[in-house]
Amino acid sequence: MRRMSSFNLVSLTLGLAFLYLPMLILVIYSFNASKLVTVWAGFSTHWYGELFRDQAFLDAAMVTLKVGVISSTLATILGTMAAWILVRTGRFLGRTLFSGMIYAPLVMPDVITGLALLLLFIGIGLDRGILTIVLAHTTFAMCYVSVVVSSRLSSFDRSLEEAALDLGCTPWQSFRLVTLPIIAPAVISGWLLAFTLSLDDLVIASFTAGPSSTTLPMKIFSAVRLGVSPEINALSTLMIGIVALGVVIFSIISKRAAVRQQMEEQAAVRT
Amino acid sequence: MPQTVFAPWENPDEKPLIQFRNVTKRFGDFTAIDNLDLDIYTREFFALLGPSGCGKTTLMRMLAGFETPSSGSILIGGQDMAEIPPNRRPVNMMFQSYALFPHLSVWDNIAFGLKREGKDRGTIETRVADMMRLTRLEKFARRKPHQLSGGQRQRVALARSLAKAPKLLLLDEPLGALDKKLREETQFELMDIQEKTGTTFVIVTHDQEEAMTVASRVAVMDEGKLVQVATPDRIYETPNSVYVADFIGDVNIIEGRASQSGDRVLVSWAEGTTPLVAATEKHLSKDQACYLAIRPEKITISETEPDTANRLQGEILDIGYLGNISTYHVKLPTGHVIKAQSTNTRRIARRSFTWEDKVWLSWTDTAAILLER
Repeated sequence: MRRMSSFNLVSLTLGLAFLYLPMLILVIYSFNASKLVTVWAGFSTHWYGELFRDQAFLDAAMVTLKVGVISSTLATILGTMAAWILVRTGRFLGRTLFSGMIYAPLVMPDVITGLALLLLFIGIGLDRGILTIVLAHTTFAMCYVSVVVSSRLSSFDRSLEEAALDLGCTPWQSFRLVTLPIIAPAVISGWLLAFTLSLDDLVIASFTAGPSSTTLPMKIFSAVRLGVSPEINALSTLMIGIVALGVVIFSIISKRAAVRQQMEEQAAVRT
Repeated sequence: MPQTVFAPWENPDEKPLIQFRNVTKRFGDFTAIDNLDLDIYTREFFALLGPSGCGKTTLMRMLAGFETPSSGSILIGGQDMAEIPPNRRPVNMMFQSYALFPHLSVWDNIAFGLKREGKDRGTIETRVADMMRLTRLEKFARRKPHQLSGGQRQRVALARSLAKAPKLLLLDEPLGALDKKLREETQFELMDIQEKTGTTFVIVTHDQEEAMTVASRVAVMDEGKLVQVATPDRIYETPNSVYVADFIGDVNIIEGRASQSGDRVLVSWAEGTTPLVAATEKHLSKDQACYLAIRPEKITISETEPDTANRLQGEILDIGYLGNISTYHVKLPTGHVIKAQSTNTRRIARRSFTWEDKVWLSWTDTAAILLER
């Protein structure tokens, strides 16, 4: 391996420290025995136990999970449909407007989106609760999904679909049996992205949530306003752990698939 | 004489499998197919030949149902195809890119069409096994397309398109991605498979050698029109225009003015030269502009003045040595450069001509083809 110059070494250390030092402190203090966050009083997993006995946190986690799964699934379906229209229908009246409107929410401040949705829900007399958060999250997440899926679709070889039609598929069968399996990786990444965004969202959820539907980020935020408790540290550590595990598993799987594909292609050339 | 030759197009009672009737296809302002009529018969191996952009692929895509004619009608087996979507046509296509489904194994690719027909498991297995035997793919059933070489992929594409036993198989530049040697082998394989299965093949190609090798009839296309439709030998020996003569094989074109007496035409082609003689059945008016097309292999090259109807003297400008034959480029005093070919029956050291030699070129009055356009 090449030796790093001292300049590179310094910038690497500073960069990593900048990114991960806060998280490291959080993780360390989650194992603090003391009730005071800033005073170290020895190692303990006490706060983890405390966390799992706190019904309010568990309820909030459940709400977040529900909202995340439902909204990202809806967003994936709608986003894939939007991507399909954008890539496949060619020119139609209002296409530019449509594509602009698909991408606009990506750059729209969350506060605006949240406020607009709140006004809408009040206007049509929809009681705020899990349903309204799901709708709100679906709205902004589908834009991200459509961006991810449409980039895959535009490099898709159309003759594959023609071949499916030629071999007796109806247009729907050709989508289900040929197009969808091939673009599946993009659709799955779209879903994961939507799920992460939903998990992460505080602003839009605050606008659209009702009294019985507090999400985890909202719960954490309101708890922190009353002072950071070691319980919050434990919760955050768990979330970091889950996310890190997901990223590691995903990258190992895709790396292995890439290596296998390469080996098989080389084998094919030899025979 | 009993008819043993396969030539349904000469039999007026034979019903064509495919009929194009006044078919026109426009893309915006561009006319891809211009009022075209064409009959193709059962069991034919029909080649559509032309430069890129001549409309041959459009013609094929209309047969498959991916494009609809702007006007006119297409009939397959006597049935108008206008309202029939691609998935309901008795037609299968082999794509230029092969379009193999990357997420399915070789076996599943071949079985794909059969499964859509709702055939039972046993029938599908037998049929797929047959197809894999036909295309020599038995060893690769479990492989995915990216685990195959180019030639193997080409065979999977062929097996997949033949699996449903279509009345008509369309092949879009099927051998374009293969190297020369494999391409030549595969041409004979294709002919063999076509004969075994008795399927009608329509092949699109820009490679004239490929068309000549495989096809029972060749259609030469240019700018959305059929220029000539005939058997390979007739296309080569009796082209109907300079375009066809020039597109198929090598040819010398000499432009001149005609003066006819009976079935012989004298063509004056340059100042101060003897007119050239050609036999023809055409009737030309006096001084009509015309063209003589002479294939290089029909021209004899010799040291001494021969006693043939047409003879010209010139100087060797260039020699193209291809091993089995040599092509000589001979410059005439008029400035014309004529290509003549001779078979190298002797080894190289004993070849008689070299650069800047004065030689005589000669051909008989029936060797040249007289063309009006």
